[in-house]
Amino acid sequence: MLKYILKRIGLSIVILVGVSMIIYFLIRLMPVDFIQDKINAINQGGATVDEETVKTMYEMYGLGDNSFRGILEGYFNWLGQLAQGNLGRSFKTNEPVADVIVSHMGVSFAVSLIATIIEFMIAIPLGITAATHQYSLRDYIVTIFVMVGISLPSFYFGQVLKDLFAYKLGWFPSQGLVNAGGSATGIALLPEYFMHMFLPILTVVILSIGGRMRMTRTNMLEVMNSDYIRTARAKGLGEHKVIYKHAFRNTLIPIVTTLAGLLPSLFSGAIITEQVFGLPGIGNVALELMNCGDIPFIMGYNMFLAMLSVIGVLLSDLMYAVVDPRVKLD
Amino acid sequence: MDKDKKLIDENSAPEIESALENTSTADTDTPLDKNIKLMSPTQMVVRRFFRSKLSIIGLIMVISLFIFSFLGPLFYTKWGEIELDESGQIEYTSETVQITTEDGKTVTVKQTVERKLKDNFLAPPSSEHILGTDNEGYDIFVRLMYGGRISLTVSFIAVFVITILGVVLGGIAGYFGGVIDNVIMRICDVLMCLPGIPILLIISTLLDAANVDAKYRIYLLMIYLTLFSWPGTARLVRGQILSLREQEYMVAAEAMGYSTGRKIFKHLVPNVMPQLIVQMSLSLGSMILYEATLSYLNLGVKPPYAAWGTMINIISTNTDILQNHFNVWGPAGICIVIAVLGFNFVGDGLRDALDPKMRR
Repeated sequence: MLKYILKRIGLSIVILVGVSMIIYFLIRLMPVDFIQDKINAINQGGATVDEETVKTMYEMYGLGDNSFRGILEGYFNWLGQLAQGNLGRSFKTNEPVADVIVSHMGVSFAVSLIATIIEFMIAIPLGITAATHQYSLRDYIVTIFVMVGISLPSFYFGQVLKDLFAYKLGWFPSQGLVNAGGSATGIALLPEYFMHMFLPILTVVILSIGGRMRMTRTNMLEVMNSDYIRTARAKGLGEHKVIYKHAFRNTLIPIVTTLAGLLPSLFSGAIITEQVFGLPGIGNVALELMNCGDIPFIMGYNMFLAMLSVIGVLLSDLMYAVVDPRVKLD
Repeated sequence: MDKDKKLIDENSAPEIESALENTSTADTDTPLDKNIKLMSPTQMVVRRFFRSKLSIIGLIMVISLFIFSFLGPLFYTKWGEIELDESGQIEYTSETVQITTEDGKTVTVKQTVERKLKDNFLAPPSSEHILGTDNEGYDIFVRLMYGGRISLTVSFIAVFVITILGVVLGGIAGYFGGVIDNVIMRICDVLMCLPGIPILLIISTLLDAANVDAKYRIYLLMIYLTLFSWPGTARLVRGQILSLREQEYMVAAEAMGYSTGRKIFKHLVPNVMPQLIVQMSLSLGSMILYEATLSYLNLGVKPPYAAWGTMINIISTNTDILQNHFNVWGPAGICIVIAVLGFNFVGDGLRDALDPKMRR
């Protein structure tokens, strides 16, 4: 087991190095005067870009030296800084990139965590009923509902919800995380947070429920066709016991592994949903900073996302080996 | 006999075989082909596909969108994609002005100014503009058609390129194994860990830096997207080929001394086709969503050209249009949903039709 874990971790590091190469060389394709234009645009927009920050960035990424050696040196220099946890300083906010990410991660995490919990709580029972009543009216209704959910573009559905519940009905606020001009602090802020997060969470849940439900349905159908379910029925067990004690427990394997793989991605933020509802989460901030060409942030954020998905793959592989005793480690 | 016939009509392969045996032993007078209707595998797939109502609905949705966007502009030529309606209403503003005449008297004059608004923007739906006009004065109905052209073309190109890259690289990895397989699969791992939208944001900035024409931007962007999206297909093809490689007919192909290319592309790839077709129709839906999202973020098709996502983009900054002019942004979203839903239904129907295990 230990050998397997070490091997997987080694592989993850190789993948991360590959990702870092692609991100670095994509940034290096940007012409330097274009970067200068972007910095000037930020300067004109009111914020001032610290000369020192720009200079450090040029040094850190080795920009401006376009010889083969210069590019290589720049890459390894950046990789070295990265390994020490130094992601550079953002132009626009003039804070270390890591701080920007960490300070906005909380909101995104809260939204995704609650959404994921609700999603699993709805999707799994729906998937089970659809599978146990295959080809019935119930199966069709659930399938159609779910397919419509998958097909909705997040920006469109989010805006429709915003228009309906925030503007037309006025039940929920349309923007931000706290009431404008509100004076609540501490624990009193919680209801405010809840009201502001309700619509984003609803959007995420409706859009993602479909995939989860179909996964449950497919796995459940596969298990329901296996021999030991027939044996269980032949023994004379009740249908309820067959489904929940024999079949469902075996569909838990893929559910648990995907859940483990999902955990890190909870921190990555939903760019579109956050943008629609103006939530100050990491996705929204990233979109804004990336649009103004904040290079240190772009590189840092992309590496952060890649790291999250590498950890996700690693966790789900390890989880698979833990929960399914049939898996042989090599 | 009649019972046999019915059975054959309703079911597929294994039943036909058993029925064949029955008829040949029980009734030798009548020729086989008079009693049973033999169906080719393709016919059976088509039959199973059309048995599901959802796949028929999906097919109708997709075909009608195609007709709407590709043939529509040929028949409805009242407005063009970037043709402004300049028949703005006349607006009167009147004010009282005090004028001091030459001889020192002060006269109060009511001055009425006639001003013609340049463009007929945000017009409500009427016979002139079926869905009204947007905030610039473009006809929304016509822009829906042109937007559909872009979305559908772009997603077809993207899926086509992804499939070719995936089949070639996945086929090579699966067939040869060893070091080649390892290298290709590690590249897949790396590409799968790249974050989608953020990377496209970088590439879009690169396109900005290179001053790419607004009209071709989305095509280039989607081509770059394909470079990052082939691993899914490659993995599917590789997995299938790994299991097919061990089959007897491959040993036979080996014994016949066929060339490697023939073995891969004539014997292995056709057997992956069912899964590949399903994957393609499902990814058409997701590519349309991708294109719409990019256009919504103002990375893809930029004004004055139309795309469904671009037409929705306006409401992210303009809350007046979001609240009061559903006809400006609503129809575009409905088109996206119809397209994606249609492709998903078709893909799902194909999956059920092509999978022999899914027989009812």
